[in-house]
Amino acid sequence: MSLLNAALGPGSIATGVEATDWEDAVRAAGAGLEASGRCTPAYTDAMVAAIVELGPYIVIAPGLAMPHARPSEAVLATGMSLVTLREPVSFGSKKNDPVRVVFALAAQDHDRHLELLAEFAGKFGSEGFVNSLLSCSTEGEIRALFA
Amino acid sequence: MVCQTIPMKIVAVCGAGIGTSVLLKMNAEKVLRTLGLTATVEAADIETARQSRDAQILLATPEIVDKLQGLPSEVIAIEHVFDLGEISEKLTKAML
Repeated sequence: MSLLNAALGPGSIATGVEATDWEDAVRAAGAGLEASGRCTPAYTDAMVAAIVELGPYIVIAPGLAMPHARPSEAVLATGMSLVTLREPVSFGSKKNDPVRVVFALAAQDHDRHLELLAEFAGKFGSEGFVNSLLSCSTEGEIRALFA
Repeated sequence: MVCQTIPMKIVAVCGAGIGTSVLLKMNAEKVLRTLGLTATVEAADIETARQSRDAQILLATPEIVDKLQGLPSEVIAIEHVFDLGEISEKLTKAML
């Protein structure tokens, strides 16, 4: 199994989610981390708080947000969750709005998720990967892209 | 006595120091290898970057750049973290 598919635990992938705004979208991704046992609700709150404090800096590429917060006791295990949105939402990012894919990250420390992020960078480094994700309507299709 | 050049230090910065900055660091290292340039690249959160003050170049997404003003480093905004062309162009301009 790829590191990405291992990081995406059961219940961490949701497609075609309806979100009213950026916070709703981030909370939907947080719910996936919580459902897969990777964090407590406090971590989801921390991801939202980081964006309130620092702005939409986690919108790292066109259409793609990667919310995350610092390693803390609220992280139960390093992992990721993925939400694709039915309708895109604005995060307030000048260049990369609107967001269609939200990939939340929870890390237990500063080191153990580095290979996972390298795999993540490899996938999203290829042109059109966000669109490939959006064309998936089931978890199985998404996991096949990460295989 | 042999004169050694100290490699340039680049720090990729984000809010938590675990996500965006790590991706920026990885892609900056890729770009440096391609360009044949030598530099150390680290990932850090804003506070650490503000305190260490020893980097020649700071890399961050635009919203974070605003928080890095007043430091003795050149600050470069990267809009698209996976766009190696953008990173390459901006790093080349800053380093050469």
